[in-house]
Amino acid sequence: MARIGVFVCHCGENISATVDVARVASEAAKIPGVVHSVDYKYMCSDPGQQLVKAAIQEKGLTGVVVAACSPRMHEPTFRRACAEAGLNPFLCEMANIREHCSWVHEKGEATTHKAIDIVRTLVAKVKKNRALQPIKVPVTKTALVLGGGIAGIQAALDIANAGHKVILVEKEPSIGGHMSQLSETFPTLDCSQCILTPRMVEVAQHPNITLHSYSELEGLDGFIGNFKARIRRKARSLDEKLCTGCGLCTQKCPLRRIPSEFDAGLGLRPAIYVPFPQAVPNKPVIDREHCTYYRTGKCRLCEKVCPTQAIRFDQPDEIVEADVGAVVVATGFDIKHADFFPEYGYGKYKDVIDGLQFERLASASGPTLGEIRRPSDGKVPETVAFIACAGSRDPAKGIEYCSKICCMYTAKHAMLYRHKVHHGRPVVFYMDIRAGGKMYEEFVRRAMEEDGVQYVRGRVSRIYERGGKLVVKGADTLLGARPVELEADLVVLATAGVAQPGAEDLAQRLHVSYDAHRFYAEAHPKLRPVETNTAGIFLAGACQAPKDIPESVAQASGAAAKVGALFSQSELVREPLIAVVDRQAPPVYSSCSGCFLCQGACPYQAIKREEIRGRDGQLIKTVAKVNPGLCQGCGTCVALCRSKSIDIQGYSHEQVYSEVLALLNRGERDG
Amino acid sequence: MSSDKHAHPARKDLAARVLDRTGVDVARCYQCGKCSAGCPLASEMDFPPSQVMHLLQLAGMGPEYADMALRSHTVWLCLTCEICFCRCPMELDIPAVMDALRHESLRQKKVNPRARSILAFHRAFLDSVRYTGRLFEMGQVVDYKLRSGHFLQDLLQAPWMFLVGKLHLLPERVRDRRALKRIFAGTRQAGEERP
Amino acid sequence: MKTGFYPGCSMKGSAREYSESLLAVARELGRELPEVPDWNCCGATAAHNLDRDLALALPARILAAAERQGMAEVLVPCAACYSRLSVTRHELLEDEELRRRISALVAADYRGSARVLNIIEWLEAVPDLEARVRAPFARKVACYYGCLLVRPAGIVKFDRPEDPQSLDRLMRRLGAEPIDWAFKTECCGAGFSVSRTDLVAELSGRILEDAVSRGAEAVIVACPMCHLNLDMRRPNIEKRAGRKFRIPVIYVTQAVGLAMGLKTKALGLQRHKVSPSALLAPASVQPAAGATSASGDSPAGAGSPAGERRP
Ligand SMILES: Cc1cc2nc3c(=O)[nH]c(=O)nc-3n(C[C@H](O)[C@H](O)[C@H](O)COP(=O)(O)OP(=O)(O)OC[C@H]3O[C@@H](n4cnc5c(N)ncnc54)[C@H](O)[C@@H]3O)c2cc1C
Ligand code: SF4
Ligand code: SF4
Ligand code: SF4
Ligand code: SF4
Repeated sequence: MARIGVFVCHCGENISATVDVARVASEAAKIPGVVHSVDYKYMCSDPGQQLVKAAIQEKGLTGVVVAACSPRMHEPTFRRACAEAGLNPFLCEMANIREHCSWVHEKGEATTHKAIDIVRTLVAKVKKNRALQPIKVPVTKTALVLGGGIAGIQAALDIANAGHKVILVEKEPSIGGHMSQLSETFPTLDCSQCILTPRMVEVAQHPNITLHSYSELEGLDGFIGNFKARIRRKARSLDEKLCTGCGLCTQKCPLRRIPSEFDAGLGLRPAIYVPFPQAVPNKPVIDREHCTYYRTGKCRLCEKVCPTQAIRFDQPDEIVEADVGAVVVATGFDIKHADFFPEYGYGKYKDVIDGLQFERLASASGPTLGEIRRPSDGKVPETVAFIACAGSRDPAKGIEYCSKICCMYTAKHAMLYRHKVHHGRPVVFYMDIRAGGKMYEEFVRRAMEEDGVQYVRGRVSRIYERGGKLVVKGADTLLGARPVELEADLVVLATAGVAQPGAEDLAQRLHVSYDAHRFYAEAHPKLRPVETNTAGIFLAGACQAPKDIPESVAQASGAAAKVGALFSQSELVREPLIAVVDRQAPPVYSSCSGCFLCQGACPYQAIKREEIRGRDGQLIKTVAKVNPGLCQGCGTCVALCRSKSIDIQGYSHEQVYSEVLALLNRGERDG
Repeated sequence: MSSDKHAHPARKDLAARVLDRTGVDVARCYQCGKCSAGCPLASEMDFPPSQVMHLLQLAGMGPEYADMALRSHTVWLCLTCEICFCRCPMELDIPAVMDALRHESLRQKKVNPRARSILAFHRAFLDSVRYTGRLFEMGQVVDYKLRSGHFLQDLLQAPWMFLVGKLHLLPERVRDRRALKRIFAGTRQAGEERP
Repeated sequence: MKTGFYPGCSMKGSAREYSESLLAVARELGRELPEVPDWNCCGATAAHNLDRDLALALPARILAAAERQGMAEVLVPCAACYSRLSVTRHELLEDEELRRRISALVAADYRGSARVLNIIEWLEAVPDLEARVRAPFARKVACYYGCLLVRPAGIVKFDRPEDPQSLDRLMRRLGAEPIDWAFKTECCGAGFSVSRTDLVAELSGRILEDAVSRGAEAVIVACPMCHLNLDMRRPNIEKRAGRKFRIPVIYVTQAVGLAMGLKTKALGLQRHKVSPSALLAPASVQPAAGATSASGDSPAGAGSPAGERRP
């Protein structure tokens, strides 16, 4: 005979302001099988939990229903309390009378009735609950890090230094990400390469890190602690073991006019190339799209000059499989390019460039060796207009959010320009200056006060070219929105930071969610900023939202710490809320008819075939069996099974039916 | 809690009326100034378009702000060239707001005195349409001169236009005059009274 | 498909040559352009400045009349009328209550079935235009779209609002070389031609300035209001700018007509303030090669303007 205890919480006033909690408790007491029913101000508090524990022991409860908030909040709290009092935790259920009732209804009779009904269904359910044991699964202590920008590098190094193995996958021929393209970095103006390259080298040399550059994730199966990753190593068209990185091939390749991605289109590179001198790994790749040999079948010059015969024109892509226990996604961001802007010329004007292009102009390793020269004619610009919020905060044509980094890098650009061209005139057109951060406001002040950067508050309406100059039509909203016309030699657009192009595709492979702007979604915006909703997959850097280097690095270290915590256990404990296939005594053995519809439908490949044999070893029937390690309890198989042979533990047919019946029969049973 | 963000029960100010008539919620304007930067006549205006939007945003603070907007020269100078709307990052239909403000300014008799000739021209135009159904350019010019008092201006153009066959002495007329009468009668507030 | 024609008031008066040239071209193309019966003025700037219902009712009456005639589309060559008719159709289709109210006002059940067509759309659709070119219009031209052909973009849904290309493409088909310039869609001063001629002189002056500084030999327009401001207001423009501009301003239909070899009289070319005679002399641009020509303009005082001035 069931002995159920009901514990109704006021949640301060969150519930009691709209629900008559005392009535709920007294009505619950009348439900058959309920032997104990009380209400209390804060059931989750220590004294509240004590009420539950004492009742279990004193009244010998066989089930507990806590009528309070969402199970997402406090189910673990109360299950733990039950376990401490000697009751199997899976015999405790939450009746959510807060989110499902008090918060969404006005005070009144009907609201209290609904709360009573919710309690009634859970009492009916808990009567059918069975004691369950948690599932234990082993943890593979290798982490997969996707993306080798500063965030991925930091995460990989932190995890590796904690003594775990790391597989780092980078899409491009070299790691480094956007940071490798930057000249100097705010707010300290230290050289980006100088602080980044030691980290890159460390990655290359670290015994715990396996780097797959020029590679992408094909697919990811499994679950926390037990993922299986498939990685495509794209053909570099050379044997990396033989190649010494001498660079002869890149010098001899006759095709030299391909816009360099690293120089944001401002410089040129050959078809066989290393993106930049400090690249890691420092081995070239052949760009098959442009290479003369792949296009026409002739050339093979690189092959001839290579002293170690490393070139492999027929090299295929290679698929590598790896078992990993956790994944850190650090695939970064992209920016909108100048051809995106209609009123700024759709990319028509060569001297309207984006921020990354300016970084390359200002960088000593860039196409102008660090001299600020404009792309059209190589002249040193006398006046440079910097336009903030280009495409950001622009619901009409761009994105509505603030890209966060551009105020700062625009101040940096204006400063760098002034440092390099002393007589130059930098003018920044802006709407607001967002410089929250350590030493950030000071940095912007310095641009204005020490470097004489002129700031004009107003969004630019239009840019057009006239006699070799770019006419920038703005307004000064601090001077009565008076029109301002500036003749500039160069215009730098602080273009919006957006998700990288393949973001959705990767999200689908990883089964993680993303927001409306295709940035990866964190599990909780405040309390779980480095986790995704998929257990075991973490986020780092600008793939989650535009952010600067310090923030990217901090998040990467946070993700690494999460991975470390996960890897500190040798086994993971999981809730046993998984599917089970019916088993019974001979001669039936199982009601499963062996149709295996479920097998094809299971998104986690958790269903296997099991042969049931008699004592003589003869095959009696083949039925489905669920691998408890793989099953995620999604219930797809349950819905499909025609003979109702599969149940989810904790949510069995019997439990759910009794919940429904409790609602339907409430009139007959207890008025 | 109400979910309708446009439901401001307390707001009956000019901004609320503009919202009613045009669907433009001036609260969305974040004063970027792009409209003023592109407006061909911003330098002639007492309040460039972004400032008109700001006056409307402040309308709830006191009647003087709405008054400044309605008495502005701007609303009559706006050419409805649509540049501002085309480029506004918030997609605010400023020309529609200007239309609504003109109508309100007429209703409240707050037309800026400097806009006299502009308004006279519009009225002369509609007079012509009212009586003939079409624009009778010759008639309009005469009407405008009477309304605006600018007798000499443009008189020099008329003989040339007449010579090249561009100006007719007699108006073309719409046959169904009753239809036009009904339209004008049904929209009576339209520039009836003289300024 | 039946295409109606809404001339609008100015094409009967100050922009007479626009309609003359359009009809001449249509005749040559064998296209019929029946007028919308008993059409009225669209109300232009004045109506929407003074009263919203009036600004919708006047165009609604026109569109309803076209519908009644079974016209699937209405060609509206005047860009200003085109804008008013497009806006009206858009607003009435968006708002059922408004549609009913305005329908009652114009005593017709306006449904919005007739599409509103601008002159470029109509000309673009001529498939064998190139084949009909007898005398390639081999000039450097500044294609001037003005405000209302491309804006508001959400309503007219024609070309792109910044740096539009459709008229440029059309002119290229006639053998012209459109220049890349900055004032394609800047406002000429529109309806202020009479009431604030000073502002028109300023705004239109900037347009001409940019066109001539980039070597254009003609400005191509598709709007009587723009033409009035750029052509008839030339003396005011020149006075304000302190320099002379000889550059003629012609309607797109006149350019098409010239390329098809039609007579200048039939195209109404004699009716301009600034004589387009320079356009009738041997061409400066080799239609194929696209060689550049010297600008035909000179600062004030230097040399005499080619266009003879009538009083
Ligand atoms: C113009 C400009 C100037 C800036 N200046 C500064 C500054 O001065 N100071 C500062 O603090 N910040 C600055 N920033 C911001 C800085 O660039 C970012 O904070 C930083 O690059 C973010 O690092 P990340 O690793 O998250 O992303 P990224 O740098 O974008 O790196 C992501 C990496 O992941 C790789 N990747 C992408 N997709 C995949 C995939 N599917 N599989 C595998 N690999 C993939 C990419 O190839 C790349 O290597 C600037 C940004 C810009 C645009
Ligand atoms: S084969 Fe391709 S990569 Fe090699 S040298 Fe020739 S073009 Fe360059
Ligand atoms: S960071 Fe500054 S420039 Fe960038 S979108 Fe935000 S406000 Fe605009
Ligand atoms: S452009 Fe739009 S958002 Fe910007 S000031 Fe003007 S109305 Fe406001
Ligand atoms: S529509 Fe009016 S306010 Fe807007 S840009 Fe044109 S003239 Fe200025």
